[in-house]
Amino acid sequence: MAKDSTSIYYTEGLPVPETPAAGKAPKPWEQTDVIGKPWPRVDAYERVSGTAVYPSDILLPGMLYGAILTCPHPHARVRRVDTATAETMPGVRAVVGPETREADLPWSYRNVKSKIFPPVCRFEGEPVAAVAAETPFQAWDAARAIQVEYEILPHVSDERRALDANAPKIHDGGNKVKTETYSRGDVSKGFADADVVLEQHYRTEAELHTPLELHGCVANWDGDELTLWESTQGVYAVQSRVAETLGLPLAKVRVVGHYVGGGFGSKLRTSRYSIIAAVLARRSARPVKLFLPREETYLSMGNRPPSNMTLKAGVKKDGTLTALAFTCLGTGGAFPAGGTSLVDWQIRDLYRCPNISTECTDVYINAGPARPFRAPGHPQGSWALEQMMDALAEAIGMDPVALRLKNIPTVSQGRQGSPPYTTTGLEPCLTEGARQFGWAEARRSLGAAQHKGPIRRGVGMAASVWIVGGGGPPSTVIVKLFADGSANLNMGASDIGTGTKTIMAMVVAEELGLKPEMIRIEHADTGTTQYATPSGGSKTVPTEAPAVRDAAVQVKRQVLEMAADEMGLPVDDLAYEGAAVASRSRPDRRVPITGIEGLRKRGVVVGVGHRDPNPEGKSINPFCVQFCEVEVNTQTGEMRILRFLSANESGRVMNRMSFDSQVIGGITMGIGLAATEMRILDTEQTGKLVNRNWHDYKLPTALDVPADITSAPVEMPDAEANTTGAKGLGEPVTIPTAAAVANAVYHATGIRVTESPIHPLRLCSLLEQQTKEG
Amino acid sequence: MKKKQSIASDHRRGWSISRRGFLASAGTGAVAMAVSGRIFASPMGNKETAEMAPDVLSKITLHVNGHPHDLLVEPRWTLLHVLRETLGLTGTKEGCGRGECGACTVLINDIPRYACLTLAVEAEGAAVTTVEGLLDGETLGPVQSAFVEEDAFQCGYCTPGQIMSVEGLLRKNPDPSMDEIRMAVSGNLCRCGAYSHIFKAAASAAKNRRK
Repeated sequence: MAKDSTSIYYTEGLPVPETPAAGKAPKPWEQTDVIGKPWPRVDAYERVSGTAVYPSDILLPGMLYGAILTCPHPHARVRRVDTATAETMPGVRAVVGPETREADLPWSYRNVKSKIFPPVCRFEGEPVAAVAAETPFQAWDAARAIQVEYEILPHVSDERRALDANAPKIHDGGNKVKTETYSRGDVSKGFADADVVLEQHYRTEAELHTPLELHGCVANWDGDELTLWESTQGVYAVQSRVAETLGLPLAKVRVVGHYVGGGFGSKLRTSRYSIIAAVLARRSARPVKLFLPREETYLSMGNRPPSNMTLKAGVKKDGTLTALAFTCLGTGGAFPAGGTSLVDWQIRDLYRCPNISTECTDVYINAGPARPFRAPGHPQGSWALEQMMDALAEAIGMDPVALRLKNIPTVSQGRQGSPPYTTTGLEPCLTEGARQFGWAEARRSLGAAQHKGPIRRGVGMAASVWIVGGGGPPSTVIVKLFADGSANLNMGASDIGTGTKTIMAMVVAEELGLKPEMIRIEHADTGTTQYATPSGGSKTVPTEAPAVRDAAVQVKRQVLEMAADEMGLPVDDLAYEGAAVASRSRPDRRVPITGIEGLRKRGVVVGVGHRDPNPEGKSINPFCVQFCEVEVNTQTGEMRILRFLSANESGRVMNRMSFDSQVIGGITMGIGLAATEMRILDTEQTGKLVNRNWHDYKLPTALDVPADITSAPVEMPDAEANTTGAKGLGEPVTIPTAAAVANAVYHATGIRVTESPIHPLRLCSLLEQQTKEG
Repeated sequence: MKKKQSIASDHRRGWSISRRGFLASAGTGAVAMAVSGRIFASPMGNKETAEMAPDVLSKITLHVNGHPHDLLVEPRWTLLHVLRETLGLTGTKEGCGRGECGACTVLINDIPRYACLTLAVEAEGAAVTTVEGLLDGETLGPVQSAFVEEDAFQCGYCTPGQIMSVEGLLRKNPDPSMDEIRMAVSGNLCRCGAYSHIFKAAASAAKNRRK
């Protein structure tokens, strides 16, 4: 028990939020004591001390190590697998492959069926066989000793050739996944009404997620019950897929993911390694740790698909957009995986425009399937649209910020019925961001026209909207209030590094008047915590926080009822004041929380919270506008990013500290798309992935990012969105980054870089071309 | 060793699964290797060069965070593998296993090194410091505290490596410039993109250490 019952409350004498009557939703917070402040993470100690146990850190008695032998060809039939030698090697305890019964376990990508160990491998990195041994070194010795006879099949690894008549067919139905179209208004009329019409082709290269913690899990059977410690963004998602594949009841599959070393979308989905680890563990009757080597994660753990885009745009002299026509060709790899999904969303929804057409064609190639990658499709579409806006602004002699301000929508035009946004921060993000960045002055004093030396400076900006970000049901959360006044928060959601646990503790603290450090959190465990959807889509805070608030409110109601009984006062006369319950009518009547008999006798009060549905007929979206300054060395083609500013409207700011970290993280990742990252497939010859490591596939390092990154939240608590007023943040912050950089490079050099990444080789050749053309 | 720190590696907070059973199985299970040829190892801190046959377990003593550990290892086992899977010091992370990401950075005689590119036998005789070794009992060291205060991480997986690189920098250079800080952590990838907060944390740790 806490020594002094009031020392655990932050609100000595301050009111905590009003407890609503049963069935009523709590009112928006007006003033807050915890929410919105910069609050260090509740699990910071564990993460910096090395004591946080990530799934890859799990060590169990008798634990074996797994290794998966994968297909080295982008397209091949597995003719024969000989595991005889491997089975007799030192330390080997289990071998599975096409010759064992596990080969029949089903696997699928959306509606296309496959196998755990498929007879035909359609991308490099598909599992062929697997081993468990006493040490990882022995497991890999044995995996390498497995003899496989492949019939190498012709491949196509360039999406731009996948629909050629002579392209090898990856599936029976051919290489086209689908073409999706969208239109509104009359595009031809829109172009006819325009004063200026521009058309441009753009391309973004495929990016690979490569979170720092490898993909994998530890599997352990206890009779017919399976436990997986998995590096995942959603324990319940893994539970359902594993249970379905292995034919187990959900209740017998426990998935634990207390910590996850990054995911960015690549750990939203369940992978074959989880099934393979489970079957290796069952065969060997030992726990099995199976984490993919880094190179394998490049091959099979998802990507941001490449996008080949053409955008035609019409604008009037006054800046009014009249028409946008967009086409895109993309690929999600060898299986249906959303190769073009949401690429057109910025075009459809960001600016007011009556006449729009989009057409997106998704094709198969012999490469690893895509997985959602932080704001799927959005940064690609932004690369096209925001560079086009920059070009349109120049063509009509208008400032890029002013052009955007001219076309602010109030409704989500891309959606059926054009529902209004609950809040739209696009305009304040533009004006406030421009002011804080010093846009007008920088735009005047920098730029190609101002500097004639080899070092050129320029500024650029880009805006964005994220298609979702409002969250929604289902979510169930439990808050337990103990007899000493401390509390326990139990939720199924993963904290993928975004600070979810901390924000949820802050919500409980705000609502109960407790100090956040008095709250212990249990989370991300299907065995002991409540159902939650995976942490992705920038929906975790707007989904879970209202459920957490509801659970805390349920606790308060029960405590108030207990106190009413004991005090002999009507419940609506009582107010929950954090440390105590007090009568409104008789200020002398108050009882400390720890003095409530019912709580002391029962030991705990349990509040169960749920997430209410979102408002009907409204669209809930976060907005983000970014500004940056770059320096280009026109002799070497090197580009340095000097500073960045991000103005974000994500509803209420929940934790200013992790908010800012999200912003700088999103910008850093966007700099990767802009300047350093590209997947290189050997399309001409082998079809293999050439740069399957961090030396050859370059992430932004400490030397590639500016130290000067400003997070400028435009806070608009969104009372309609949910009871906390918060919207998503993690994805919006990376959508406009690359386009802002490209626009700044244009301002600095007069060179429009339409294909990512803006690396020195590309910039050099464009500079040379510019010199030749004079 | 300049600094002797200790924490009990097998008794980490809030973690109840015993590692002793695992130690037993890992020790007895490893008997043979498929690697042929010779491995030459130069134990750091020893002047002599030892030649080791690849197919026997070697007895070595590793000095980790001030404690000696007598261990049987295969010559090909990396320091990273032994720290994590044998000693249970899982604060040191594996991101790539081939010297690209720096998640496994430890100090060897005060100098940041990738534990995945260091064989366990190479580290014999040297003073190895891991992120756990920066704790004073349960209290965070100055670099660790600065990372908390500046929110210099998100998922936290690269963080121990970042912290060790900063610690190594500050042991050599107590008053680094921003460029020196950036260079010191340039071998540590952070996919969450916390770099600019890492720079701040390093600068603030330097300041606090000088006090």
